[in-house]
Amino acid sequence: MSIDIAARQDAATPIVIVGHVDHGKSTLIGRLLHDTDNLPEGRVAQIVESSKKRGLKIEWSFLLDSLQIERDQGVTVDSTRIPFHLDARQFVIVDAPGHRQFLRNMITGAADAEAAVLVVDAAEGAQEQTRRHAMLLRLIGIRHVIVLMNKVDLLDYDQARIAESERAVAALLRQLDIEPSLFVPASAREGDNIAARSPHMGWYQGPTLTEALAQVPAPSGRADLPLRLPVQDVYRFDNKRVVAGRIERGRVTVGDSLVIGTHGTLARVASIESWHAAPQISAVAGQSVAITLEPDVIPDRGDLLHTPDAAPVRAARIRTRLFWLRQEPLRVGESFRLRLATAEHQVTVASIDSVVRLDDLTEHAADHVPPEGFAEITLAASESILFDPFTPGTTDGRGVLVDRNQRIVGGAPLIGPAAIATGTRAIHPTDSTVSLWDRAQARGHHGGVFWMTGLPGAGKSTIARAAESRLFAQGIDVSVLDGDTLRAGLCADLGFSEADRTENVRRAAAVARILAETGQVVLVALISPRAADRDLARQVVGEGFQEIFVDADQAVCESRDPKGLYAAARAGRITGFTGIDAPYDVPENPDLRLATGQGSVAETADRLAAHVAGTVLLGDAARRRS
Amino acid sequence: MDDLDQLEAQSVYILREAYRKLKPLAMLWSLGKDSNVMLWLARKAFLGRVPFPVMHVDTGKKFPEMYRFRDEYARKWELELLLGECPPVEEIDPTLPPAARSAARKTAGLAAMIEKYKLEGVIAGIRRDEQATRAKERIFSPRGSSHKWDVRNQPPEFWDQYATPHEEGVHIRVHPLLAWREIDIWRYIEREGIPLVDLYFARNGKRYRSLGDQDITSPIDSDAATVAEVIAELQTTRTSERAGRAMDHESEDAFERLRVAGYL
Repeated sequence: MSIDIAARQDAATPIVIVGHVDHGKSTLIGRLLHDTDNLPEGRVAQIVESSKKRGLKIEWSFLLDSLQIERDQGVTVDSTRIPFHLDARQFVIVDAPGHRQFLRNMITGAADAEAAVLVVDAAEGAQEQTRRHAMLLRLIGIRHVIVLMNKVDLLDYDQARIAESERAVAALLRQLDIEPSLFVPASAREGDNIAARSPHMGWYQGPTLTEALAQVPAPSGRADLPLRLPVQDVYRFDNKRVVAGRIERGRVTVGDSLVIGTHGTLARVASIESWHAAPQISAVAGQSVAITLEPDVIPDRGDLLHTPDAAPVRAARIRTRLFWLRQEPLRVGESFRLRLATAEHQVTVASIDSVVRLDDLTEHAADHVPPEGFAEITLAASESILFDPFTPGTTDGRGVLVDRNQRIVGGAPLIGPAAIATGTRAIHPTDSTVSLWDRAQARGHHGGVFWMTGLPGAGKSTIARAAESRLFAQGIDVSVLDGDTLRAGLCADLGFSEADRTENVRRAAAVARILAETGQVVLVALISPRAADRDLARQVVGEGFQEIFVDADQAVCESRDPKGLYAAARAGRITGFTGIDAPYDVPENPDLRLATGQGSVAETADRLAAHVAGTVLLGDAARRRS
Repeated sequence: MDDLDQLEAQSVYILREAYRKLKPLAMLWSLGKDSNVMLWLARKAFLGRVPFPVMHVDTGKKFPEMYRFRDEYARKWELELLLGECPPVEEIDPTLPPAARSAARKTAGLAAMIEKYKLEGVIAGIRRDEQATRAKERIFSPRGSSHKWDVRNQPPEFWDQYATPHEEGVHIRVHPLLAWREIDIWRYIEREGIPLVDLYFARNGKRYRSLGDQDITSPIDSDAATVAEVIAELQTTRTSERAGRAMDHESEDAFERLRVAGYL
């Protein structure tokens, strides 16, 4: 075994390329890799062939858009990371998709980048994605931003027009406190100022893009900051207890006294354990270590180890920035787990303090954060959380929100402790520690909400009740919420105006959600005539919502008229009656359509019960695991 | 810390996350250079042990040297070795090009093992620089029922936080080597003295750069007979690593189709 000192290298520097769709990110990367001799043999020939097949001249973006759909539709679906070297220095280029719906893929690629190249079409100027991506660069803490003013060939390399475009982009970035380190006028397609100086812009004295990249500072050492070692796991090997974790900053030396988490126990580092490595008495930020403690206390995963003289902030209410990744809006009162390094805390959204409007990057009050929106919110926890506020260039305060199914739904850089709210608006719903999956395994089925909509008299309640008894007989925990039951109690204060009907739907959906979260199957039988209201119900319920269209001709419904309501409406004794003098929006894409004109009630109920059971029942494999 | 230290620390972190979060968990061991490095990293993470089984999904078509290597090191390293077989090629989707069809046997064999042991996590040694679709992978990559990779709907993954959805039929592929390049693997093998099947080293002017089944892997022209010589060769070569893998070259999307279906 030999260690070739000459072969030692610094770690690769990740660089993310962002910008509006069609402003030329992929072309830039293709050009960059080609002009700096970073392509393996055969790759260029492959690209030429793929381009020819689609009737294009050489299409550099095919280098990255490796998926079939990406080549066919000319879009980047997911981010790619490509190793790349400039002389002896290693980089990793992260290509992030520009399309709005691919925000999470962009963050996945960009979140650990050291620097960013923001690509702007010099002719088009900043567009929606330019603003969105710039906002993200700020939120994920990337300080070093190079702006590539691309496609300047389309401006005939005209200095004045390029400068004007630059000024507009600079003004936008200033709004976000981003001070770009450089503007490079360039054409990725033509190769101007990428790896070689452009012959068309004698007036430009600054560096080419590759020269600019070479100047990006290498990841700075975090070893000199106070120690933060989050516990990842605790092993017991050979009767020795070992605490495993990665040092996020600072250093650990044998003999150091450490404070353990919020309970504050003190312990001494007795040893740093390793296998197939020289014995260590000290380890620094970035290393994954295994230490033993004296006395042999037992920390938990998530406990933060730190030195007694430099403790982190402790708070139960925390102001955070937020980039929201879920497709449904975020509302006050929703509960999540806040993951912070290896810790997980139960938190509730106590308030939405402001939401960023992307048109002009101003902040506004709002009662919800829209899908893929940016906001500032306050999180309330049931216990104290130890943290260091978010600082670009460190791993501090990088919170992530996960839902009850352990899906990441938002990034939450922690700003600092929040003042305790006063007054009546402080809401602190608690969240269950029994997971949905635990419940599903115990019962043998998931919860769910089956929203049955249809004209009055279509048979919603009749079918729901019949399906209820079938499902119950199969051991499924099921209940029915119907319009009359709700209006007799919970919604007794509501009339039949549009607003009251919307509120009726909202309340029904909220109750259904609560039941579904306890693992129940809920059949909601509600006319809910407006598509917008049903969309609201879908949003309130979230996952596990299905729309069932109970479909019958109005003539059939009217002939049934079990409650005599059609007759009353025709006689003018009821107004605003759905189907007579109020509209019904037929569901466009219901999850199930039950035509009640044909077939008996029994047959229709069988169909519904089979559909519900097929959706919620766990397979044998899952049940055996419980 | 140099670049290898950093790659090692990151992989150790990922392996420890997988061990903590996913049970039951197993590691794929194809007997190739990458999976040997991965196994070595596991021993680093768990102080000399491998606290979960290693799986060899056997096509029955490996080189005899590989089987000998497997048996020797499974014993030496005290591994819990699970062996799985692959169905015959006649049972595989006949619309695939021939080499891809042959490779898809492994997908089926792997799926059978995942079912049999009810695995929640499978650690696999793929790298981003090997093949363009692998560059799109997550470190924790959820696979839905029938083990399909939903490439258009991958979970967000950032700041070292990995999605671990607990849902029926979902298992997670864990990829601790994604950030490694071929040359990093060799430099680490050299630094740590990790044993390898000697097919990687030149004999009579040929060596294998990537090891698959006998019928779908070809050796390259090379005189590199030691680890140091391989590293020197890689520093100058312009050919891609998988040039000797037939299935990558049969059609534009052959490899993508394999991967989406659950292939590594």
